[in-house]
Amino acid sequence: MVSRFKEALDSGKFVITSEVAPPKGTNLEKFLHHIDLLKDSVDALNITDHQSSVMRFPSLGGALAVVEKGGEPIMQMTCRDRNRMALEADLLFAYSRGVRNVLCLTGDAVPVGDHKEAMGVFDLDSLQLLKAIRQMMDGQDLGGNNLDGAVEFCAGAIVTPEAQPIEPQLIKFEKKIEAGAEFFQTQAIYDLENFTKFMDYARKFKTPILAGIVLLSSARMARYMTENVPGIFVPQDLIDELTGVPKEEMLAKGIEIAGRTITALKKDAICDGVHIMAIGREEAVPDIIAAAGL
Amino acid sequence: MKAITRQKSVEEIQQGLEGLDRIFVVGCGTCTTMTKTGGIDQVEEMKAHLQEMGKRVTGSTVIPTACDDMTEVAMKENEQFIRSADAILSMSCALGVHRMNLYLDKPVIPAVDTLFIGVEETPGYFREACVQCGQCLLGETAGICPITACHKGLVNGPCGGTNNGKCEVDKEKDCAWTLIYNRLKEQGRLDLMRQYQAPRNHHIVLKPRAVKIT
Repeated sequence: MVSRFKEALDSGKFVITSEVAPPKGTNLEKFLHHIDLLKDSVDALNITDHQSSVMRFPSLGGALAVVEKGGEPIMQMTCRDRNRMALEADLLFAYSRGVRNVLCLTGDAVPVGDHKEAMGVFDLDSLQLLKAIRQMMDGQDLGGNNLDGAVEFCAGAIVTPEAQPIEPQLIKFEKKIEAGAEFFQTQAIYDLENFTKFMDYARKFKTPILAGIVLLSSARMARYMTENVPGIFVPQDLIDELTGVPKEEMLAKGIEIAGRTITALKKDAICDGVHIMAIGREEAVPDIIAAAGL
Repeated sequence: MKAITRQKSVEEIQQGLEGLDRIFVVGCGTCTTMTKTGGIDQVEEMKAHLQEMGKRVTGSTVIPTACDDMTEVAMKENEQFIRSADAILSMSCALGVHRMNLYLDKPVIPAVDTLFIGVEETPGYFREACVQCGQCLLGETAGICPITACHKGLVNGPCGGTNNGKCEVDKEKDCAWTLIYNRLKEQGRLDLMRQYQAPRNHHIVLKPRAVKIT
């Protein structure tokens, strides 16, 4: 069984991924509903791994739920909570149960989350995790021992095109490519001019890049993100556009902006696809895809 | 290089001394003097706190360097006052507590927490410079230790939490990798940052760590 997501990347089509966040607790009803809602309208569905360092149902369990429902998961895997042995073991298990895509992340810092006294592990970093997956695909674990049955993953990573300063970020981006990243999903991008500049540079590496589209659900949220979230810059004209409509129409405006951005990215073939993150507004993802005319 | 310490709260100290009424107080003339957590003045203040708690202070001393073997001499000099106490309250770092435990067989209760091994970068500003990982990378990172100075201890470049040269955990903290990038660039050695760093060996010296010099 190969990765359907990998096939989509290789097909040259404009690839769409989105994400679903597992719940805090065992009530999976809403989570499963979101999977049902999205699994057929995207090429793959990311399952977040304790995003923002908030403890939740695991991404591995979430990815299995997507597999069970016939969808194509991208299991997000951070290095914050597990040492190399636990990461390797989870990769073996994930593979054995049909998960074929992994997004390798370093992970947010522990103190930004809801278990502020927990130990941050970071035994590996995102790059070392990518390499570990390559090694496991060659039939060997990180201890140098042979695996009885290897894994096969389409492994990707993230990049932040709006990072300030950008140069150190680009060095790491290139190291991720050298480590075998097969795709990139970016942090949210809003400034198309800047993103196009980034893509002019990134194109030469030939690794598919899916632009991060984070739904702006209100002017307040847009302002908060640009002021507080590292690597996110929302141009003032977008904030003004949101401020210019009544509160109850802001979400629709945000959907329109997201749809418009995707249309522009696709029309000018700026990147290879998009990764839509609705952050708690998963119900709006089909509307975004519709607004983009996809 | 100094042991950077912070005084425990009066409540914590009181809890640590529960059931121990007669106390001998020991400060240190080196690190805790410099950080004002266990020098002569703080020992005097502590004695006053102890009296307010209803404790009996049998005596006190400030040992020049509580972590070295002169501690034995200093304790012997004060033997009769220490012997008449139920416990020693240590205002030195944990290394001093360890040392004091070797002599006279009295319980030693720490009044300070040892936070990290640091350097005084500017007057009164102490920064951690080394976590003793046993695989020194400083030659490849322009003298800035990513294991120490990066919150996550990353060795292959910055994470996505870096923001205008600052760290996601605290806007006051510099992003180590921005510092490393800038300095390597100045030195014309950015190729070092492009090198892949393999996962670290966490058992360079097996814990508990010890080395015997022959």
